[in-house]
Amino acid sequence: MNKPIRRVSIFCLVLILALMVRTNWVQGVQADAWASNKNNKRQLYDRYAHPRGNIIAGGQPVTNSDFVNGLRYKYKRSWVNGPMWAPVTGYSSQAYGSNGLENLEDGILSGTDDRLFFRNTLDMLTGEQKRGGDVVTTINPKVQKAAFDAMGDKKGAVVALDPKTGAILSLVSTPSYDPGTIAGNDDGAAWTALNADPNKPMDNRALKYTYPPGSTFKLVTATAAFENGLYQSIDDATDTPDPYVLPGTKTELKNESPNERCGNATVKSGMDQSCNTVFAKMGADLGKEKMRAQAEKFGFNSTVDTPVRAEKSVFPSSPSQDQTAQDSIGQHDTRATPLQVAMVSAAIANNGSLMQPYLVDSERSASLTTISKHTEKQFSQAMSPATAQKMQDLMVSVVQDGTGKNAQIPGLQVGGKTGTAQHGENNAGLPYAWFTSWAKTPDGQSVAVAVVVEDGSDNRDGISGGRLAAPIAKAVMQAALGK
Amino acid sequence: MSSYNLSGDTDRGGGTGRRRATAERTAPRRRGNTTISLQGAPNRRNTELALLVFAVLLPILAYANVGLAMDSELPAGMLGYGLGMGSLALVAHLLVRRFAPYADPLMLPIATLLNGLGVVMIWRLDKAGKLLSGNFPAARNQLIWSALGVALFIGVMVLLKDHRVLQRYTYISMVVALVLLAAPAFFPARAEDFGAKIWIRMGSFSIQPGEFAKIVLTVFFAGYLMVKRDALALASRRFMGLYLPRGRDLGPIVVIWLLSLLILIFENDLGTSFLFFGLFVVMLYVATERTSWILFGLLMSVGGAVAVAMTTSHVKVRIDAWLDPMAAFGPNPPKGATEQIGQSLMALGSGGVTGSGLGQGRSWLINFAAKSDFILGSFGEELGLTGLMAIFLLYALLVQRGLRTALAARDPFGKLFAVGLSSAMALQVFVVAGGVTGLIPLTGMTMPFLAQGGSSVVANWALVAILLKISDSARRPGAEPAPATEGQGGPAR
Repeated sequence: MNKPIRRVSIFCLVLILALMVRTNWVQGVQADAWASNKNNKRQLYDRYAHPRGNIIAGGQPVTNSDFVNGLRYKYKRSWVNGPMWAPVTGYSSQAYGSNGLENLEDGILSGTDDRLFFRNTLDMLTGEQKRGGDVVTTINPKVQKAAFDAMGDKKGAVVALDPKTGAILSLVSTPSYDPGTIAGNDDGAAWTALNADPNKPMDNRALKYTYPPGSTFKLVTATAAFENGLYQSIDDATDTPDPYVLPGTKTELKNESPNERCGNATVKSGMDQSCNTVFAKMGADLGKEKMRAQAEKFGFNSTVDTPVRAEKSVFPSSPSQDQTAQDSIGQHDTRATPLQVAMVSAAIANNGSLMQPYLVDSERSASLTTISKHTEKQFSQAMSPATAQKMQDLMVSVVQDGTGKNAQIPGLQVGGKTGTAQHGENNAGLPYAWFTSWAKTPDGQSVAVAVVVEDGSDNRDGISGGRLAAPIAKAVMQAALGK
Repeated sequence: MSSYNLSGDTDRGGGTGRRRATAERTAPRRRGNTTISLQGAPNRRNTELALLVFAVLLPILAYANVGLAMDSELPAGMLGYGLGMGSLALVAHLLVRRFAPYADPLMLPIATLLNGLGVVMIWRLDKAGKLLSGNFPAARNQLIWSALGVALFIGVMVLLKDHRVLQRYTYISMVVALVLLAAPAFFPARAEDFGAKIWIRMGSFSIQPGEFAKIVLTVFFAGYLMVKRDALALASRRFMGLYLPRGRDLGPIVVIWLLSLLILIFENDLGTSFLFFGLFVVMLYVATERTSWILFGLLMSVGGAVAVAMTTSHVKVRIDAWLDPMAAFGPNPPKGATEQIGQSLMALGSGGVTGSGLGQGRSWLINFAAKSDFILGSFGEELGLTGLMAIFLLYALLVQRGLRTALAARDPFGKLFAVGLSSAMALQVFVVAGGVTGLIPLTGMTMPFLAQGGSSVVANWALVAILLKISDSARRPGAEPAPATEGQGGPAR
């Protein structure tokens, strides 16, 4: 019987060998595919298996990684002041994924980025607990807080930029939400409520919403006029009738108030009083090509990655001159994000050089080694320095003598522009109140701001950029420049 | 030589040794088979003790590892667990020293190691389960069952003076095996067993009779084939190089085949059915030395499986789940689909080559089966490919030691019995591990010693005890000559 027993032994060995080959196939060759299979929940659990790195502003973390020691999730994201920081950080939720910086910088924050590989390996060998890296933002917490507090219960957004570098100093969107309330894996009720909220608190209005920019767009139109030689000086007469008949039509364009002296105004007095007639004619005279070229130098018609992507602001290619005239006063089809409007002021304040806006200053490992550092770069030369000087003069005049008096700050040179944008069917919606401005200290520090306040007031006449938005811009500029 | 410790037997043993040595010269290719050792070879009890120390220490270290990984501290139960496993192993070892001094030295340590590692893994998954929901005392129960298993091991050691006694119970074994196999058909299946009826349940107490049937059946097959082997082997016609059995000699294999089909149809138990039939074919082949039986067996099992797959849904569901393990995750999972195989493959893949480390994997995603049928998935994730290779090697060693015992056994009943028990273990390991790794369709049996399950642990301890007894009598110097029924040459053959 021994011969068949030997054969049975070989057969049994072959059985075990087949198991070994198969296991090598699954755990060796196919291992990565199974590990990264979309149904493999380990990937999700791994993200929360060790402390997540933090998002830093002004040297302080604005996020935490709380040790909750669940079986599935060891750590959970929380925020120091969620509603204030949500537009900057986005959310990172066990159940609902992530967005904003939390999503874009997930490699660094969760520690899986290839650039952290060496340090992770070192940590593994030394027994150090794995921890994600930090993302250092450009946000100045004082400015952020001033902007957030000034917005209060109003609906809208604030963006503040450092014109010299493009650094985003504040990014506020209200109403906001606490991302901590949806960070867990059993926050379905909060998630549903936030998504059902008609005020859309989870939307980042500062980057993702495009509004009609209204009169703030007159800055772009005036810039185009100087750049293209339509006018040489801010005191040049514009030969504009009041009311102005839109070219090719019989439509009369009027100004907001009969008190305004817009007939045959100079560029400066047109800007001071925000005369629609003056700038509609200016845009029509320049034509859509020149207007669009100037708008695109400011960043219109392109997305801006901060790295969180800002929606594309639009200056349209309207077929007729009367529409271009309307586009040129920030109505009709012109749309702009609050960031875009801030970029216009920033370019003017920085002598025509528009710097690429950025939100992330540096990425660093858990051991504080810098992994990457932002290098400032120019987005475009939006205008010549000479034009920039004229535009600054115009904007200073608006704050001194015109519609922007509410933004005056003693001891600072402040330039601004108001806007009140009509919107909705037959302009029936409560208008958006805009204010964009810059401020400079004598020693050369500067800040550029854009504020938009949505239909927060039921008093339709009460909504104007100067009254509603300018005080917010003022508070932000004061915070930024320490006045 | 320290092993000349059987005073009085030395002379006679030496004589046997010389006679055996002569036999070996006539069959030179068998030289080096240490199991068919000469008298005077060491009895290897000290080797066993040394290996046992390792087999007890390793799971204790694994236990500490789990505690450190999950709670950052040494587990409180470590001392109790260590003492428990240690004393079980020690008692077993001492009994082997007393009642089976020449037994194979590897089997007891391998069984102890696998049992110990299994308890640690079950405890580790208990902890995960506790965090998920409530209390799971599975590890404690497994330890109690292990103690019962060792008790049965001791019982076999003490009471079974000679394995050939079992030969007397050939037909009683048949009846008992049939009852054991048929019983689960009369008990309802639970939802989580996916229609497989493999349990006898009485309240919270349940046993898996298939595990015991495995041993009892082997007794029956060995006893039956020992008597009938000549008829089955010799009376045959030659056809195309194969010895074909006469029609009436096909009777037994057809009966067994029908029985295994009945198990498949009425109990939906693919694993037991396959094991049952495979075991018979292997033993028939060994008893008759006729390759044609293997051919018949293969044809019949393929034919039976295809026939059943075409007529009942159970087998088809299993095959579909094997072909597309991720279908259960889709938006429209097929009826009866289970995530288990997909979860198991993801656990194995996530473990990779080195594994996540004990206590650091997430094989609880396989759900309740992570402790039982899918415990290899848990080991694969936490110990990696490396760990699984080691576990497969342990099983390969255990099976090979059993087959060595069969080679060395001096009586045909012992040979058949040892071959049956060993190949049953090999088939079971293949069927379970093949299902867990996606090599073959899942059948729903437990990994011997490793997996949670009282019946399995107890039955396998008994199985090892019997193998040890057979190997003891095979290696015992100066044993009485084999009975005349051997009929095919000397005892060494």
